[in-house]
Amino acid sequence: MAPPAQSHRSSSPSQPSGKGEVSDLKSQLRQLAGSRAPGVDDSKRDLFKKVISYMTIGIDVSAVFGEMVMCSATSDIVLKKMCYLYVGNYAKVNPDLALLTINFLQRDCKDADPMIRGLALRSLCSLRVANLVEYLVGPLGSGLKDNSSYVRIVAVMGVLKLYHISASTCVDADFPQTLKHLMLNDSDTQVVANCLTALQEIWSAEASTSEEASREREALLSKPVVYYFLNRIREFSEWAQCLVLDLAAKYVPSDNNEIFDIMNLLEDRLQHANGAVVLATIKLFLQLTLSMADVHQQVYERIKAPLLTLVSSGSPEQSYAVLSHLHLLVMRAPYIFSSDYKHFYCQYNEPSYVKKLKLEMLTAVANESNTYEIVTELCEYAANVDIPIARESIRAVGKIALQQYDVNAIVDRLLQFLEMEKDYVTAEALVLVKDLLRKYPQWSQDCIAVVGNISSKNVQEPKAKAALIWMLGEYSQEMHDAPYILESLIENWDEEHSAEVRLHLLTAVMKCFFKRPPETQNALGAALAAGLADFHQDVHDRALFYYRVLQHNVSVAERVVNPPKQAVSVFADTQSSEIKDRIFDEFNSLSVVYQKPSYMFTDKEHRGPFEFSDELGNLSIGAESAAGTVVPAHRVEANDKDLLLSTSEKEEIRGPSNNGSAYSAPSYDGSAISAASQALSELTILNPSVPGLTPQSSLAIDDLLGLGLPEIPSPAPAPSPPLLKLNSKAVLDPGTFQQKWRQLPISLSQEYSVSPQGVAALTTSEALLRHMQGHSIHCIASGGQSPNFKFFFFAQKAEELSTFLVECIINTSSAKAQIKIKADDQSASQAFSALFQSALSKFGVP
Amino acid sequence: MISQFFVLSQRGDNIVFRDYRGEIQKGSTEIFFRKVKFWKEDGQEEAPPVFNLDGVNYFHVKVVGLFFVATTRVNVSPSLVLELLQRIARVIKDYLGILNEESLRKNFVLVYELLDEVIQGTKRMPGTAVTKSVVANDPTGRRREEIFVDLIEKISITFSSSGYILTSEIDGTIQMKSYLTGNPEIRLALNDDLTIGRGGRSVFDYRSSSGTGAVILDDCNFHESVHLDSFEMDKTLSLVPPDGEFTVMNYRLTQEFKPPFRVNTLIEETGALKAEVIIKVRAEFSSSITANTIMVQMPLPKYTTRASFELEPGAIGQTTNFKEANRRLEWGLKKIVGGSEHTLRAKLTFSPESHGNITKESGPVSMTFTIPMYNASRLQVKYLQIAKKSGTYNPYRWVRYVTQANSYVARI
Repeated sequence: MAPPAQSHRSSSPSQPSGKGEVSDLKSQLRQLAGSRAPGVDDSKRDLFKKVISYMTIGIDVSAVFGEMVMCSATSDIVLKKMCYLYVGNYAKVNPDLALLTINFLQRDCKDADPMIRGLALRSLCSLRVANLVEYLVGPLGSGLKDNSSYVRIVAVMGVLKLYHISASTCVDADFPQTLKHLMLNDSDTQVVANCLTALQEIWSAEASTSEEASREREALLSKPVVYYFLNRIREFSEWAQCLVLDLAAKYVPSDNNEIFDIMNLLEDRLQHANGAVVLATIKLFLQLTLSMADVHQQVYERIKAPLLTLVSSGSPEQSYAVLSHLHLLVMRAPYIFSSDYKHFYCQYNEPSYVKKLKLEMLTAVANESNTYEIVTELCEYAANVDIPIARESIRAVGKIALQQYDVNAIVDRLLQFLEMEKDYVTAEALVLVKDLLRKYPQWSQDCIAVVGNISSKNVQEPKAKAALIWMLGEYSQEMHDAPYILESLIENWDEEHSAEVRLHLLTAVMKCFFKRPPETQNALGAALAAGLADFHQDVHDRALFYYRVLQHNVSVAERVVNPPKQAVSVFADTQSSEIKDRIFDEFNSLSVVYQKPSYMFTDKEHRGPFEFSDELGNLSIGAESAAGTVVPAHRVEANDKDLLLSTSEKEEIRGPSNNGSAYSAPSYDGSAISAASQALSELTILNPSVPGLTPQSSLAIDDLLGLGLPEIPSPAPAPSPPLLKLNSKAVLDPGTFQQKWRQLPISLSQEYSVSPQGVAALTTSEALLRHMQGHSIHCIASGGQSPNFKFFFFAQKAEELSTFLVECIINTSSAKAQIKIKADDQSASQAFSALFQSALSKFGVP
Repeated sequence: MISQFFVLSQRGDNIVFRDYRGEIQKGSTEIFFRKVKFWKEDGQEEAPPVFNLDGVNYFHVKVVGLFFVATTRVNVSPSLVLELLQRIARVIKDYLGILNEESLRKNFVLVYELLDEVIQGTKRMPGTAVTKSVVANDPTGRRREEIFVDLIEKISITFSSSGYILTSEIDGTIQMKSYLTGNPEIRLALNDDLTIGRGGRSVFDYRSSSGTGAVILDDCNFHESVHLDSFEMDKTLSLVPPDGEFTVMNYRLTQEFKPPFRVNTLIEETGALKAEVIIKVRAEFSSSITANTIMVQMPLPKYTTRASFELEPGAIGQTTNFKEANRRLEWGLKKIVGGSEHTLRAKLTFSPESHGNITKESGPVSMTFTIPMYNASRLQVKYLQIAKKSGTYNPYRWVRYVTQANSYVARI
């Protein structure tokens, strides 16, 4: 353990100035060490306290290590505790000295008092010195068998610590098996819970090298074990309950009845006062019901009230953590929360990080029936003393307006903002009015009337100024003063510091020129001259471009700056739905608070419960990615509002034969575009019109290259080879992928060569996965970088729910791809392999 | 899961520091403190309770001005860590009696020990018999057999400028602190007519059962020690209370209730650069009840240069203040007796710079207060039954009610 950081501030009046005090302590301790005088323990206590208080404020008192150990021969439990604390802090940096402590700690591990046994064992395991591990095994072994549950609790965690210091020592002593036995048999739930923690960590770490550990880890997720925990969940402490719920979230129930049983069993956990328990339960419920649209929606309804209660009880910090999760759910399914909008009103005394979340929620839940009230409320905030929030509120009003509901009233309100004569309000409102006009050109009359009254001198913020100038250019016909305002702005060209504003000015004056040439001619000349002399590259280039295009042909120039425009229907969302899905998969983690998937803020080994094990876990992009890297067509297309809709469609299509696993493949057509892409992807591999697509021909080519592919065992003497069509919208959730990958045997393992063009195009893994998706082969996880890339793909047959899973490792320097295929229908894996290879061979070929 | 735990004073000094995994670089306490102190240059925004710097996640809760901080590199459940920090603070308070910098420094050995019990390995919350005996230097023996039950309600109301209630909510909690030896079972009976869940109705429905009859909670949650076996039938909670202070139940209701205070604000322009503000506060509760530590605040237009105040004749225990830095009017009242009304007049002077609509640029008026022996929800503890050990066993039971303002706002 590293000693605490040295503090530079003086933190306590008694802080010693230097080494003098430490050496004083040293000699005083030495005097007391051998003494057996009455009251010596009290003097020791005072000295120990001093040592520890120095240690806390960051003074290095490791110099008295020897003396502390000498003084530790005592029966005084308070002294012992202080000594343990001290030793734990300095042993790691003084491994030689740590050896001194082994003796008395080992002795204390045999003390008659279970408290001393436990504390000593804990200290012993906290030394974290690799060459002392041999001394741990004995005391740990007896600790695990101790008849005091306190000692057993400590011993179990001690085993985990030992594992981290020396994995082999821990495994060789067969401790994992002992823990497993305790986990399933101990009467104390805390011992049981600690065993679970320790075993999860140990077996996950071991699984990469040991088949057995991998099996054991699987066994933790087996039905009997998970049920053993779930049935006793009420006996566990609230913290251990979270652990059990996390475990259950990884379990894949076999059918819907099981799902309902689990949910009924845990229903009352939603009434727990501890937010961590409630959120862990909610995560489980949401995951279990992903494939059952109706129930999933019921879960949303059910968890509303508990979440709102948690948000309003507890400290602001606790409620923030819950509110972040509520925010995520609201953003995913706003219509479910639309009647709860008043809960998202801001309170004046809330911190701004809470207000920001609430404003986003209010924006999201606005619909036909509540927009008026929400906008009214937001307008109150616009006058707020808290300026950043006032700005956010105005933006929120704008966003609602752009969400297509009842724009009528909102436009009036926005225009009122412009009349409030507060600079920042005007600035924000101008930007919004501009966006609004791009979407609803029909409002130009009303807007222009108000915007025309704004003096450009009162608009200073670049974004707002740019918006105003854009409107002047766009509506120069309607705005009487437009040429003159632009002219005066151009006169002050040199004072305009924002390049963005100058760019807009150039374009606006061009637009104005074509509408009102005589009035604008001078201004245009001045603007082009100023632009050509501008030191900013973009401004200069644009001025030059306008100048030349005008010289070339005036009507072309007009078409360039004043083309017929279409109203914008949807503004691009800033966050992709893939990212949002990932965050949802990581519910009840920091990802939700940061609004980022975990790979964006944490390194692989620390991704916590989302650690996706197995081979997938070794990928650099996505440990948890398995939980998220899904790019199935359906998910990408679905916007948030479709969340439940699309799952319900899934439900219908799946039909009765499905056993409730979470994947399905809706083959409905969303749009003309997707229909086209589907048509593309449904090209059969035997389509004679596409040469090279048949397995035979592609194999023949490979053979010519001398790859020596294994001969294909002809798949039964079928009169016609199976026609393999893939579903372009196949969907498979990572959990199911993981489970299938574990269960299915490898049906085909091959090595392909990759074309030079393919190698050249494989600069990032994304490039390939987009390509493969075009062939209805979807990536579920990918990682690596040149020269080694690793991918997991899946595909589904178009007509039936038969899935292919592929592991594909590509080495770009050797231009080889190693493929492992697992399939529900093994007889089709040859055909699929050929299809896969053909798709891969086209990668990079224009 | 947790790498480090530390407690920092308001000035950023280390009071308690413990490193559990040795995986986070030195100086994390200073890195944390600097980040929190200077979250945004303008100082306008507070640092959120959770943030990530260079791969390290910092969690903090503020308790009595102290920062309780945990760090980790793992993508953990934020709720879990924040609940844990809050709990650590409370457990320490339970053991030390009082929680502040001094008491922490004086008792750090005990504090370290509590921490180890909580975070490292066992994670079992003190309060159970085990930890109690682990902790050697127990707080000096508690004197009497007694038990405290507090119903604390926090009110949030927003009045529109015309005095309508726009939103209202009561967030209540039942706190318990038991000093009963042997942890006997306790039964806590609430109103017979209590209902939970507002069925299919919209959550904000002011028509429902106003003024009389049933108490309808929107929702509630319970401490894990609470048994709800007979709750449906007789609205009784039974529990074996753990040591120290804890929350038995949290509840929330949006059912209509009578607001304890009405606030009227009038702003009038009285000259070229002058205006007068009149604020009236009326206490709408019984005269046998007295509210205390009332503070009324109102942001004034930013071009306000001066404010002079006029209190009603004979006013005692009232203070007035014009905070120039953030242009805010503050009116403090030591107490307000139920049924009474109090008025403040403030004469404002504005700077000659241009100004817009005075009313739009002032307000809203907000209030904070505490009203002992009053609860707006009418939720009650009907009785508090303690499992008897002997005929003579009759510990002291205290049931107290208090109502506070959470966000009490009147727009103008």
